Amino acid sequence: MGEERKSSKQLLAELQAKHYADAQQAKAEGKPVAWSASIAMQEILEAMDIAVVYPENHAAAIGARKESMEFINNAEGRGYSTDICSYARVNIGYSDIKHAEAQDIPLPDFVFCCDNLCNTVLKWYENLAKDLNIPMVLVNTPFVYDDEVPERSVKYMRKEFDHVIRQLEEITGKKMDPKRLEEVMETSNEAAKWWKAAYSTAVKNPSPLSGFDMFNYMAAAVTMRGKKETVELFRTWHDELKERGEAGMGPWKPGEDEKYRVLWDGIACWTNLSTTFKTLKKYGVNVVCSTYPDIWNLRYGSNDLDGLVKAYAEHYANRSIKFSVDKMSALAEEFQLDGILYHSNRSCKLMDFRQYEIQRQVEARTGIPYVSFDGDQTDPRIFSDAQYETRIQALVEVMENKKNAKGGK
Amino acid sequence: MADYKALIAQLTAVAATPGKSVAAVIKETGKEAFGCFPLHTPEELVYAAGYIPVGMWGGRTEIKLADKYLQGFCCTIIKANIEMGLNGTYKDLKGVIIPCICDTLKCVSEDWIYACPQIPVIPIAYPMQRKIDGAIEYMVEEFRHVQAKLEEISGRKITDEQIEAAFAIYEDYRQAMREFVEVAADYPLTIDAKTRHLIIKAAYFMDKAKYTAIVKDIIAELKQLPKEEAKIKVVVSGLVSEPVEVLDILTENGIAIVADDLSQASRKFRTPARAEGTALEKMAGIIADQKGDTFLYEPEKYKGSMLIDQYKAKKADGIIYFQMKFCDPEEFDFPIVKKEMEEAGIPLLYLEVDQQIDSFEQLRTRIQSFAEIL
Repeated sequence: MGEERKSSKQLLAELQAKHYADAQQAKAEGKPVAWSASIAMQEILEAMDIAVVYPENHAAAIGARKESMEFINNAEGRGYSTDICSYARVNIGYSDIKHAEAQDIPLPDFVFCCDNLCNTVLKWYENLAKDLNIPMVLVNTPFVYDDEVPERSVKYMRKEFDHVIRQLEEITGKKMDPKRLEEVMETSNEAAKWWKAAYSTAVKNPSPLSGFDMFNYMAAAVTMRGKKETVELFRTWHDELKERGEAGMGPWKPGEDEKYRVLWDGIACWTNLSTTFKTLKKYGVNVVCSTYPDIWNLRYGSNDLDGLVKAYAEHYANRSIKFSVDKMSALAEEFQLDGILYHSNRSCKLMDFRQYEIQRQVEARTGIPYVSFDGDQTDPRIFSDAQYETRIQALVEVMENKKNAKGGK
Repeated sequence: MADYKALIAQLTAVAATPGKSVAAVIKETGKEAFGCFPLHTPEELVYAAGYIPVGMWGGRTEIKLADKYLQGFCCTIIKANIEMGLNGTYKDLKGVIIPCICDTLKCVSEDWIYACPQIPVIPIAYPMQRKIDGAIEYMVEEFRHVQAKLEEISGRKITDEQIEAAFAIYEDYRQAMREFVEVAADYPLTIDAKTRHLIIKAAYFMDKAKYTAIVKDIIAELKQLPKEEAKIKVVVSGLVSEPVEVLDILTENGIAIVADDLSQASRKFRTPARAEGTALEKMAGIIADQKGDTFLYEPEKYKGSMLIDQYKAKKADGIIYFQMKFCDPEEFDFPIVKKEMEEAGIPLLYLEVDQQIDSFEQLRTRIQSFAEIL
């Protein structure tokens, strides 16, 4: 019976296609379409049955298709500095050009923002709202500089949550159904649980998961956490990985061994995916984890709205250096890392300007070697093949020496 | 009768040598100094705690040590602050407040803990949803958190009366400054671009009550003089209008600043406090009511239309956008402002600046050409 089950890869492709088709269809039917920041409270939109597109995800797809420069040039031609996040430049360029070979998306009827990822999305979405003359809906999550999200922030964010619902009811002319919200929250929790379970299979040594696959599946974690089909997708993916793991299989084809296990810090270089992946693989380096995917492991109690707003505020991008160092050190142990690879992502000041201190502290605590390389998520002008390869070689050499000193694997 | 020229010279000297000025105020008042990073830092609380609040707006310094914390594409004001924290320039500060108001400042509020462990840092996070029910309450609680940290560092309790008193001094200051920028526009030769900037900046390195008294005297004296006309009048926008050499170039070209939309200047004092509420509620109200500020959420983006209003009110000839290099919130606002100025037919000069520039020839040429078209 089970023979007919679709692979997770098929499911992912189908769901991604459906995600974009649904948005196009909603637009064609005159229903409102939102452009949403990647870690915003999709629970609200899903519960209100609002079609959503995620510009960061879309920009990544454009980058992977190597067509980001067309959009970047458009934005820069309109006065956007090269200094600005390249996702923003790609998306703002798209809002004018309105067509990409990678994927077309409908223009938004409103923008939906949560600044838990950075202040940059807030400025970017302000500009979209102004330029396209559409409403902006925002949930602001104050930066968590202390160990915990303070009670005053939770109170304030709950007020925002109520405000957002009123705003959306006005935009759509529909009422929020609290029962439906509760259901979507259940589903989202479940999807997050299987998302984490799937990428956590990489704990096994060797890992059955190739980190670059994780970057692919992350698209679903970003764009469709609130859907039942996503639970199915991540469960299927998890089961496949578990099976691979139990069969003693590594991340790649038989005979291609995982020699070193590393953490990738930061966003992928979408415009240089193939080079970044192949160079690592050539040396037997597998990305077994990243600081990034855990962001979408958003968990809260049943119908717990305080827990929901808190979950959105307390992921690592909105937290202290201390939190990041604790987190990475824990990952180092859990995933038995041999090294850490830091992407100094020219687009992302929020990650860059803490990275040096985090590198020093994580190395001091774990003793795990690291290298850092210059790149960008979607601006291909920053990344250098030669620098990347040299840095990877340097890391491999240190990892190799450490292994030899310990007497092999 | 005070001589306004002497008063102006006194303030411009204070702003030109911040280190010396802060040492002098410490000596004069017997108080200790507490650093205030930009932006919208609640100086009133620092003042109420019995410290002299000192503005930290970077400065010219050779960046060496800060490279250990920040990449090359970091806002130079903030990078200079870290550098001066590391190189000992700020050794007399009893602490610093860092508002987590942009991505760079969020990170730097964290880096500071490890870079300058001897100088305690108090972060503060503002509500970006400033208009909703709950925002004022959150802000007041955040101020209370800062207050508690100040009490911890100073070992002194801060009473509500002290906060009210400090707020009154700052309100008086803000009101005086609103009048000053109005009056200064009528005397663009006496208060040329650099003088205007230095007078306003001096407030960051003095006791506010004393500073306000001097500014009021300057205003009164200026009003006695016959009004002056500048050859070219501009409105400036941006984080700060530095480096000062650029302001000299403006003056050389007959350009005077008749109004500003700068974080270091008018954005700091242009919003009047609400009539009702406690001092902390009024402080929160100023944040909530501020319009057209790059760093405070505003989907309507009033900045452009406000610049147009200022341009018209002051019968200005153009607008200069001081873009502090690597300040991305300002960079985001620029294309919107640019489009609005084009539609309104208002000449706009975009100047990318940073505090460590040592060659001004390119900027000089651009300013000259701008002056010629006006």
